[in-house]
Amino acid sequence: MPYTKRQQSDYKLKKLNLHTILNTRKNINSEHNNMIINGVTIDATFAEAFPMKATRAIITAQNEKWAMISAQAMTGFATSVIACGCEGGIERLLEPSETPDGRPGVAIMIFAMGGKGLAKQLETRAGQCVLTSPTSALFAGIDGGIRIPLGKNLRYFGDGFQIAKVISGKRYWRIPVMDGEFLAEATTGQADAIGGGNFLVLAESQSQALAACEAAIEEMRKIPNVIMPFPGGVVRSGSKVGSKYKALNASTNDAFCPTLKGMTKTDLSPEIESVMEIVIDGLTKEDIAKAMRAGIQAVCDLGADNGVKRISAGNYGGKLGPFHFHLQEIMA
Amino acid sequence: MSALTFTLKYSPDQRVDMSPLVCQRLQELALADIAALTLQSGKRKLRVDELFTIDGSDTQNIVIKNSADKLDFIGKDLEEGNIYVVGDAGAYLGFGMKSGEIKVSGNAGFYAACEMKNGYLEVSGNAGDFLGAALPGNKMGMKGGIILIKGNAGERAGDHMRRGNILIEGNAGDYCGSRMSAGTIAVMGQTGRYLGYAMRRGTLLLWNQPQLSASFNDCGPHTLAFLPILFASFRSLNSRFADASVAFNRVRRYAGDMSEMGRGEVLVRL
Repeated sequence: MPYTKRQQSDYKLKKLNLHTILNTRKNINSEHNNMIINGVTIDATFAEAFPMKATRAIITAQNEKWAMISAQAMTGFATSVIACGCEGGIERLLEPSETPDGRPGVAIMIFAMGGKGLAKQLETRAGQCVLTSPTSALFAGIDGGIRIPLGKNLRYFGDGFQIAKVISGKRYWRIPVMDGEFLAEATTGQADAIGGGNFLVLAESQSQALAACEAAIEEMRKIPNVIMPFPGGVVRSGSKVGSKYKALNASTNDAFCPTLKGMTKTDLSPEIESVMEIVIDGLTKEDIAKAMRAGIQAVCDLGADNGVKRISAGNYGGKLGPFHFHLQEIMA
Repeated sequence: MSALTFTLKYSPDQRVDMSPLVCQRLQELALADIAALTLQSGKRKLRVDELFTIDGSDTQNIVIKNSADKLDFIGKDLEEGNIYVVGDAGAYLGFGMKSGEIKVSGNAGFYAACEMKNGYLEVSGNAGDFLGAALPGNKMGMKGGIILIKGNAGERAGDHMRRGNILIEGNAGDYCGSRMSAGTIAVMGQTGRYLGYAMRRGTLLLWNQPQLSASFNDCGPHTLAFLPILFASFRSLNSRFADASVAFNRVRRYAGDMSEMGRGEVLVRL
């Protein structure tokens, strides 16, 4: 007797569940070969990253508060190149002795898929977020590569009243604005960089996952030449390539969604209730590895006692990105 | 290797064109060839060894000892290398120099650093008129580099100046910064009449209130962010300009010359 559609559907669901359970078991079994630090399992997997172009700019202001406001505006809506056009973040605070004009400052970094996109994003953001920000000034934060405009084109805002000054071989633009003068270096450098370094924190609860990520970010922010572009450095909506909807080329990473454990090919063991990801963009492979190590170590320091069970990473089978960051090698 | 040293034997009757004795033109020459070079002096051509005793061999470091104010065109078109003048230098010191360093222990004559393109020129004494200016009829004076005058500068300092820095620790004569197209002239002492006459763009940075013509308009007191960067760039100089205590960022700004383009500025320390 032929199966009804409902029966066929139930059968498929049962088959999927069985597959999921088997698959989960397989994952759990395979964990026995994994590295364990303070009760936290480090998966034998790797993060897959891609070549990008990066630049750094230094924003200064009358005080740290306003330098930070300007920097946050400039690196706002810059979490992922997928829709933001670039990835950006605050690298670190700068002491007055470290900035060109002797005022408090912030170093920000912007990453994009190519030089043209990087230049466009940098200029647009500088124009809308730094030029507009009270008492701010903008300087190059990196040498080398093809120079890209910083204040070079913003000068036209000066409507002919702008003044160029070449000091020690660097050209600065003094643009008259309502609070005085906006000082901007004409250009900044760019560098070949890497984007998409990452690791996943798998914990027993949402609050424990977040606490672990916060600890990781605090340590990672001490590492130079890297940014963590997502809000607060943490992303909770990791994605996979492709979607059932044709219009989308990325969608939720269902294998790591804890609410789908029973209905998809999950990568989570039963005790995992929350997964969060930290994405790292950096100037070199070494910088990213260093940041990943610092972050993972901070997570492991909290350990299994604080609900952190596993560290994993996102990749595409190693076929798309030329840079692979093997978690166990990094933590060895 | 010791510096190639030219010691003047006697004070010449006529002016001497020293332009052949620059680092890049002596690089490939043996000492005998250098001695055989001729220098124009009035209507005569004098062998180098007729005027100077020659010691040393490092053509990238030239010393002119017993120098007198009749030695013109010292360091003309200099590219790399250092020239140290012990004594006075004549007119057109560092004319059109492209890079490298010239230091004079005494005074320099007219048109020092005339149409200089880059490099560093330091005069421990005074400089004559038309410091860093353009040749008569030419439209562009100094185009880059740094001139440091530890004494006073004559009239028309920075005439037609296009880019670079002229730093004067003493006073500047009349018409300082006249017809400037851009660049910066800093004067620690007093300035003369007709300051910034017909200047189009550029900055005159002053420690003392000048006598300004009516075509300069007061824009009020300001704190300017570029000044600390400018002063920081002077830190490596052997000069009072390197002293952090003389730096400032609070100025009164005058815009002018309004009879010309009017994009220039006179900044006076507050």
